[in-house]
Amino acid sequence: MAPRLELRGISKSYPGVIANDNISLSVLPGEIHAVLGENGAGKSTLMKIIYGATHADEGEIRCDGKLVPEHGPAVSRELGIEMVYQHFALFESISVVENIALSMPGKMDLDGLALRVREVSERYGLPIDPDRLVLTLSVGERQRVEIVRCLLREPKLLILDEPTSVLTPQAVQKLFETLRQLSDEGCSILYISHKLDEVRDLCQTATVLRNGQVTGETDPRKATSAELARMMVGSDLPEMMVESSELSNAPILSVSNLTLEAESVTGTSLKSISLEAYGGEIVGIAGVSGNGQGELAAAISGERITNAAEDVVLEGRPIGHLDAGKRRDLGLGFVPEERLGRGAVPPYELSENALLTAHRKGMVKHGMANRKKAREFASHVIDKYKVKANGPEAKAHGLSGGNLQKFIVGREIELDPRALLISQPTWGVDVGAAAHVRQTLIDISRSGQAVIVISEELEELFEICDRIYVICHGKLSQSLNRAETNVEEVGLLMTGIGSQTNDSGSTTEGFDYAV
Amino acid sequence: MDLFVSIFTATIIAATPLILAALGELIVEKSGVLNLGIEGMMLIGAAFGVWAHFAGLPMFLAVVIAVLAGMASSLLFGVLALTFMTNQYAAGLALAIFGAGVSAFIGRGFGSTPVEAIQPIDIPGLSNIPVIGEMFFHYDPLVYFSFVMFGAVSWFLYQTKAGLTLRAIGESPDSAHAIGFHVIRIRYLAVMFGGGMAGLGGAYLSLVYTPLWVENMTAGRGWIALALVVFSAWRPKRVVLGAWLFGGMTILQLQGQAMGLAIPSEVLSSLPYLATIIVLVLISQNRQAMALDFPVSLAQPFRPKG
Repeated sequence: MAPRLELRGISKSYPGVIANDNISLSVLPGEIHAVLGENGAGKSTLMKIIYGATHADEGEIRCDGKLVPEHGPAVSRELGIEMVYQHFALFESISVVENIALSMPGKMDLDGLALRVREVSERYGLPIDPDRLVLTLSVGERQRVEIVRCLLREPKLLILDEPTSVLTPQAVQKLFETLRQLSDEGCSILYISHKLDEVRDLCQTATVLRNGQVTGETDPRKATSAELARMMVGSDLPEMMVESSELSNAPILSVSNLTLEAESVTGTSLKSISLEAYGGEIVGIAGVSGNGQGELAAAISGERITNAAEDVVLEGRPIGHLDAGKRRDLGLGFVPEERLGRGAVPPYELSENALLTAHRKGMVKHGMANRKKAREFASHVIDKYKVKANGPEAKAHGLSGGNLQKFIVGREIELDPRALLISQPTWGVDVGAAAHVRQTLIDISRSGQAVIVISEELEELFEICDRIYVICHGKLSQSLNRAETNVEEVGLLMTGIGSQTNDSGSTTEGFDYAV
Repeated sequence: MDLFVSIFTATIIAATPLILAALGELIVEKSGVLNLGIEGMMLIGAAFGVWAHFAGLPMFLAVVIAVLAGMASSLLFGVLALTFMTNQYAAGLALAIFGAGVSAFIGRGFGSTPVEAIQPIDIPGLSNIPVIGEMFFHYDPLVYFSFVMFGAVSWFLYQTKAGLTLRAIGESPDSAHAIGFHVIRIRYLAVMFGGGMAGLGGAYLSLVYTPLWVENMTAGRGWIALALVVFSAWRPKRVVLGAWLFGGMTILQLQGQAMGLAIPSEVLSSLPYLATIIVLVLISQNRQAMALDFPVSLAQPFRPKG
């Protein structure tokens, strides 16, 4: 049997980096094939080459045994290769079926298409309502739309790029059922991921990439996670050092009964949220993205002022009415999820970025910035947190995501906050740097500070948190002790089972279409 | 009754150039492009229309020339804003100023010479109905054309795949590009449509409304058309309602001045502008509904990636 897709000696380099170095792999018809690797291992480049969005410098692509000479997205479609992107290319202001119509060739027949969408979505267990506006859909639902859009074209090879990062554990299982059904029908699947458990659960073959090279090809069902990790990372994963700790007598940061209207139509309103963080512990907030995490972070950090000052209390002092700068003055540190643009100013030097929040350490006198002190501070952070950068004069956007994250986290920690709120601490950060950031968070919590981590990565929360809250539809669950809960329980809370199922769809009501 | 009928018809006529220009701009903005140069394009249309008329061309061709002139001037904007990706605000303002200058140059020599205006047409059977005939069936062809364009723009935007594509590009040109649409090409077409409609609106002023050429004769209508699009929350129906409101207020304040109301004429003259903006602000209070129709990528230059 000729492989559905065969790559031979694919190489691609960008200025300064070799993204893909002599990569070969082959996918059989109906096979679920994993491409496993860390962030930056070259997975995304390889997928773009397969889909035709970029061209390889060297090597050849064969489809069903035939050489693909001139590649491009249009050729891919003809060959039956479809791709579900990590960041969806959906338009929010129009309905599901209109979105799908845009990528179908020929005349538009919305009614007929809606029927086919329903058919396909039922057949593969991907329930979506074709008439809903995309902006009312959750991230998971949007992904279903993307997958259905691909399935309508009856693909022979489906590429999925990190599809589970936006899903609850239960939704992941449902997705896997769909993918297995597709594979049984003869559709090949190329599954890109850095999550070992999923690959071992789903895939029949795995090609592991590291630094742009193939470091192994194996049957993931037979290999252990440790073996796969070693191929992926090149060494054994570091173990976290979590010591038991003593909690402060009173919570350092508490949020009580916080209710806050969403600012935009795509936002989530917060509904009577209460949480407490004691000194000496790490509190995690789990949830599927878009369930109010951004709004909660803004309300705690001071980017949004809350309705009552008592909604947010820092060491017994109401701070809900204070702006972000004043809250920082009082000892509240904040690391936002977007590093460039919110955590740091991209074209500024690291020392200037340090100045932005660390000016509180006597770097400004009579309104004048003391650049020498700022540079010293930045150098100190760079050394202490092992940031790979050309000194304090390096521009923020010149650093890799992981290094910039280490710098920003370091900057905030050196300010010695009483409470630190950190959102998505290890997004896009390679395994080594992620371990470093996590260990740092554990260390500062053990030194008596309160740490709140908002993350979509459940494994991360289970690794470092003492307690976990779950946010869903703007509501926060009871706190769960890590030692007494498990992934399934948290996963169920993430879907908001029982409480919010009738909530979806109502958002469109009240839209005034009349003039 | 006669007064009411004459105010009604005068309102429809006063609103026509605004409807034409604003419908054009609506399509431009729905594609994510902000062309602030409507005033300039209207002036160019007005001046070229008069020029063509005095060059001896039949009225129909004079109107066509005005439309082509508007399109050509919008192409200047298009090259700057779409091909060279300059700041759209700056390019639009430049076009507004450029249009004022070019139109003054073209109109030299025709200053205040009356033009034989395009006449209302009678529709057999309908125009003779008392009152109704006068109110609805006794207009020049361009008024009917503006109604047709309203229908066409609404149908295009909400019923056709091309309209869907246009709205999609206005929301996210990157996603549209990823699906394989030619963002820049479609935006060029939208910009040219906007230019043609503005040129037509200008020609309406100089060939029908006040049939002669006067420098800067648009008197801010281009800016009002721009405001109409924004405050109508990018919906064709509201554009037309807003234009009628503005037209009606213009006529009413003229009547007021003629009747010698003891209010300074400057205050009365400002009423249409104030009233239109206040009403449109009030009806666009529903932010959720606004968000649906707002072209998110408005005024952001698009650079195709990869």
